[in-house]
Amino acid sequence: MPQIAISADSYAAQFAAVKRTAPLAGPLASLRDDAFHCFDRLGFPTTRLEEWRFTNIAPIVEVPFQAPAASGGLDREVLDALPLPRSGAPEFVFVNGSFSPDLSDPSGLPPGVRVRSLAASAAGGAGGLDVLTAHLGRLARFQNHAFTALNTAFLRDGAVIEVDGGVVSERPIHLLFASSSAPAPVLSQPRVLIVAGAGSEVRIVESHAGAGDVPYLSNAVTEVSAADHAVVDHYTVVRQADAAYHVGNLAVRLGRASNFSSHTITAGGAIVRNEAGVVLGGEGGECTLNGLYLGNGRQLVDNQTTIDHAMPHCDSHELYKGILDGRSRAVFNGKIIVRLDAQKTDAKQSNKALLLSEDAQITTKPQLEIFADDVKCTHGATIGQLDPDALFYLRSRALSKAQARQLLIHAFAADLLGHIKVEAIRRGLDALLLERLPMSGE
Amino acid sequence: MLEIRDLQAGAGERRILNGIDLVVNPGEVHAVMGPNGSGKSTLAGALAGRDGIEVTGGSATFKGQDLLDLDPEVRAREGLFLAFQYPVEIPGVNNAYLLKAALNEVRKHRGEPELDAMDFMTLARKRMSLLDMDDALLNRPVNDGFSGGEKKRNEIFQLAVLEPSLAILDETDSGLDIDALKTVAAGVNAMRSPERSLIVVTHYQRLLHYIVPDFVHVLYRGRIVKSGGKELALELEEKGYGWLDAEPAAATA
Repeated sequence: MPQIAISADSYAAQFAAVKRTAPLAGPLASLRDDAFHCFDRLGFPTTRLEEWRFTNIAPIVEVPFQAPAASGGLDREVLDALPLPRSGAPEFVFVNGSFSPDLSDPSGLPPGVRVRSLAASAAGGAGGLDVLTAHLGRLARFQNHAFTALNTAFLRDGAVIEVDGGVVSERPIHLLFASSSAPAPVLSQPRVLIVAGAGSEVRIVESHAGAGDVPYLSNAVTEVSAADHAVVDHYTVVRQADAAYHVGNLAVRLGRASNFSSHTITAGGAIVRNEAGVVLGGEGGECTLNGLYLGNGRQLVDNQTTIDHAMPHCDSHELYKGILDGRSRAVFNGKIIVRLDAQKTDAKQSNKALLLSEDAQITTKPQLEIFADDVKCTHGATIGQLDPDALFYLRSRALSKAQARQLLIHAFAADLLGHIKVEAIRRGLDALLLERLPMSGE
Repeated sequence: MLEIRDLQAGAGERRILNGIDLVVNPGEVHAVMGPNGSGKSTLAGALAGRDGIEVTGGSATFKGQDLLDLDPEVRAREGLFLAFQYPVEIPGVNNAYLLKAALNEVRKHRGEPELDAMDFMTLARKRMSLLDMDDALLNRPVNDGFSGGEKKRNEIFQLAVLEPSLAILDETDSGLDIDALKTVAAGVNAMRSPERSLIVVTHYQRLLHYIVPDFVHVLYRGRIVKSGGKELALELEEKGYGWLDAEPAAATA
């Protein structure tokens, strides 16, 4: 397609500029080169690729997004007005992918937990560069992934979180990614690396939002390495502006007996694609992938998950729920791989969608690839409407039709809300679900 | 209180109610009895405004208003309460949350101040004791995982909190053992007052031992074919409903 060629050319010029203006140390520079080479070779995905069959990103390809100027600024009032879940420090703010120390508050981090900007880590000091070269680009593979390649090619800043072995970080660490597009459409590329040491415990909230009517592309990549016995509770909240696009890739590798849970909440953005890939790389690991996605207007929400049971005795639980109104569409693709050695695997997957309008659509596909013979794997998908009997029951108890609908919509999501341990996220969702569903795209 | 004239209703193509006449005055307890399929639940549903029940003729006036013209929630706010034959399980909606929201809708409609969480809980606990209910049920999802008896108790508990002027009990006795039946009946009796009317819809006479009606009506093929005092219920218990088929003239008169 001609647009793709034009688009790729424009990114080539920008890539040359980034290399010039933001040089990186040796190994990271070659990582960037490799990544751009891959992006150039792959081009943006089309619906001819199986993983993108139901998600047409032509609208993203057509916009001439520009990599932002080196340091992004944002008024505090604009930040405060964004629909981001916040519960105070420690809180780190990134504007169009770049760390903004002025807007951040690192207080409350316990000893043994370090949060640094990727730019600062890359500039060396306190072994920062070692951490990056050891992990960056190794979990989120870009060789066959154009968006991750694009993110890696333009690598400049982001968040690096290191938790020392045995350290328990009780307060959630908030990473706020704000995109600001005026006057031209911006390419905002958040990048996060989380390295949890053996036996450590940490809770991290990544939230994404943006202001304004100008489209922007938020292309986020997060890598998580959890060592043996580490516990990582991770939240991704996507509440992008109506005109915005968001593509996220969460890549996780778990050590022996470690526990990772992810909660991906999508409520805003014209096209949102969330990918999560977890490798259970040690015996006895446990992984929970939960997701809640709300669609309205002409929004498209796509969740792609892969859980790779590479070792024996690992459990995975996956529950995604969607609430779709208007002409919104959603895609869920849940892949579970159970490798030959991964005996005694216990994997459960479920995707449930609630369709509130005649025109809303969901495409759901479980994909199980099982090579071991002593495993338990279950999957299920349900698609339904609000129960008319329940609606009448509530109305017969004096609740208006609108109240009854909202109560049932909230109830549909209740079990997922119950798993969210960050009060600020739960409160935001309560408000969103009980007051109204987000309107967008119309 | 309630005046039903020549009420005709059906579901889809099927005609179920073929002209019901019934007048309920304040404080009265009316039992509507009849065999399966006679139209008892359709009558209850038509009065409460259930979707899918289509009123094709006649009228129902509640406190001087055209009841059939009101949305279900407005009927409820005006003081009509239906205790469901099959209470709906609603996972994810907290029992106390629903009841507090319901009560405050009713109070707003009456022009009374809304109750806060504390006052509500005080009232709820008082009413629960009437029904010998476990406090824990308040904080469970509505009817979710309740036993049959717990569901029916929960319905009457809601009645006791909402204090309607007209309560329709749709086969509240079905599926209850004798102890549960006594408890539920005691709860209902505690709520009887000169201002509050009851329509007790039932297949069996058993419940009417405990909730003694002023009037008993026999519903058959969508019509009230016989009305009388509480002794009519005893007669029905003795004779069953078979005689209705044997007296087609009476049944269609």
